[in-house]
Amino acid sequence: MRALKQHQGVVAPMDRSNVDTDMIIPKQFLKSIKRTGFGPNLFDELRYMDEGKPDQDCSTRPINPDFVLNQDRYKNASVLLARRNFGCGSSREHAPWALEDFGFRVIIAPSFADIFYNNCFKNGLLPIILPEEIVDRLFREVEQSEGYQLAVDLEARTVTTPSGETFTFEVDDFRRHCLLNGLDDIGVTLEDAELIRSYEDSRRKTAPWLFGAGR
Amino acid sequence: MAGKTLYDKLWDDHLVKQRDDGSALIYIDRQLLHEVTSPQAFEGLRLAGRKPWRIDANIATPDHNVPTTDRDRGVEGIVDPVSRIQVETLDKNCDEFGILEFKIKDQRQGIVHVIGPEQGATLPGMSIVCGDSHTSTHGAFGCLAHGIGTSEVEHVLATQCLVQQKMKNMLVKVNGKLGPGVTGKDVVLAIIGKIGTAGGTGHAIEFGGEAIRGLSMEGRMTICNMSIEAGARVGMVAVDDTTIEYVRNRPFGPKGGQWDAAVEYWRTLHSDSDAVFDKVVELEGSEIQPQVSWGTSPEMVAGIDGKVPDPEQEADPIKREGIVRALKYMGLQPNMAITDIKLDRVFIGSCTNSRIEDLREAAAVVKGRKVSPILKQAMVVPGSGLVKAQAEQEGLDKIFIEAGLEWRDPGCSMCLAMNADKLGQGEHCASTSNRNFEGRQGFGGRTHLVSPAMAAAAAVTGHFVDVRELMN
Repeated sequence: MRALKQHQGVVAPMDRSNVDTDMIIPKQFLKSIKRTGFGPNLFDELRYMDEGKPDQDCSTRPINPDFVLNQDRYKNASVLLARRNFGCGSSREHAPWALEDFGFRVIIAPSFADIFYNNCFKNGLLPIILPEEIVDRLFREVEQSEGYQLAVDLEARTVTTPSGETFTFEVDDFRRHCLLNGLDDIGVTLEDAELIRSYEDSRRKTAPWLFGAGR
Repeated sequence: MAGKTLYDKLWDDHLVKQRDDGSALIYIDRQLLHEVTSPQAFEGLRLAGRKPWRIDANIATPDHNVPTTDRDRGVEGIVDPVSRIQVETLDKNCDEFGILEFKIKDQRQGIVHVIGPEQGATLPGMSIVCGDSHTSTHGAFGCLAHGIGTSEVEHVLATQCLVQQKMKNMLVKVNGKLGPGVTGKDVVLAIIGKIGTAGGTGHAIEFGGEAIRGLSMEGRMTICNMSIEAGARVGMVAVDDTTIEYVRNRPFGPKGGQWDAAVEYWRTLHSDSDAVFDKVVELEGSEIQPQVSWGTSPEMVAGIDGKVPDPEQEADPIKREGIVRALKYMGLQPNMAITDIKLDRVFIGSCTNSRIEDLREAAAVVKGRKVSPILKQAMVVPGSGLVKAQAEQEGLDKIFIEAGLEWRDPGCSMCLAMNADKLGQGEHCASTSNRNFEGRQGFGGRTHLVSPAMAAAAAVTGHFVDVRELMN
């Protein structure tokens, strides 16, 4: 996984609440057995006027000119500014894969759905929760100034605006540690293999019916 | 010290290690696998040279991509080559790693959240995960069950554990009794309508109260299934006699002397009387009407006697904007009666409502009636091969076919339209599934979430109607 310590980039405003993972990446693209290449189909139904198909060349498809990511000023955005309950619905990790593949590294919203929030950290993508009034203000600032960028420092847990104003955010220590260092958390867990084995041994004694079912 | 909630007990029973940074290693008793969210996890294992930690903890089946017709041809019968590769990849991965899989032609194949309980692969007190957000279904058995992403599927395959942060406790209590014609689906839609799609975010919800206790396991599964639509990864119901009777004699359940020991443990799986919840919400069961969703989020619901809302009446600007957008997508006018919404298709199925009791309820409504000629299609998709067989044994298939509904083979089908079953642009569907998101059931499709009985009533009338008017 790609580490993320600091990031500065252009902000794109996604001005609707309850953006669900079906919207982020529609189901027909979930048929892929790879974890890359989802970027061209990010927000497919909002971004294009036609119905997208897997393995299609998206460069010739009719685009929806009103959609935010189709506007020149946001084409190179790497910070997504969003509304309440971003990433709700399905657990599909294809959603963060698509966001990351498009070029996003940071998503800022007043709240995220739990599974999506968790999936982001596994893919070098940092979801940041800021209070709604601050998010409201950032939406206004982004719309007023073309090329608006935010600077994020995960070590210091801060978001800094172009005028130098700084907001701090909360993130739990383990997720932060893994993202800062780009760690494979399976490796971290396997450091406790002995502990897992001894838990398993005692459970085999107290609840033997939990073992041996799937063959 | 206050007593423990059910969630506290399940958490403590699966805690392998509490880390200093606030995270914890939680042991996973059962992982269910399907074709959509597992290929990259198996590939990850291979790339890292890792083996599954405990093969017998895993059970797999293809469900999302499988066709619901022409199943005799097995995998070869999957017309879409991309879908076929995904199902073949699951077969190959399970064969390679030695994981038990109910393949496409196995009668035990079905939707993961139907077959787990059916096989006794879901047992009270277990921790259960699957790369699917509706894994919360299994919480109906007093399990700690939730959806995970593909990286975590790989993590569980490799370590039999997950790194978790403990959630907060929430109690949703439904008091009193439900009226006739009101089902678990109506209860959960009413709950989501009340607390919103983020109402349970960060919480594990326990559903309690007399109305929940009075429900069958099927009804409880429907409610826990849609916890995620209220924002909660985990939904649970305490173990009682109904739970234990359902589990008895299931193929993978405890046998002989182990049965009694298991039941003794299972009887402890309820919140203590002095347990403290971070959040409590109460509803009166007798006030819940049959529900219909009118919008593009599961919180956008109304009772069958209600109206489509008027955005002008909404004070919150973000919510108002959401209503305006939803009405435009759904092609509905403010203040129109729910019963005036005309339909194109009816879908009875999905991990929410495809179990035998759901099919019985739908069949009771359509019996002796005919599907409205206004409809293009009405279909019934049982949740598993065994549900299908049971329904046929009871003659439900004949009732559906005689009424003009299609009787299909098991799978996720039109709930998310990854196979050939989908809505056309602008079509309205009465659906017993769980999500009414834009495009969910097909590009430009318009989903209305309802119970099986309400879907059946809509099938014979061509529009929404209070199912109680059709009941004797």
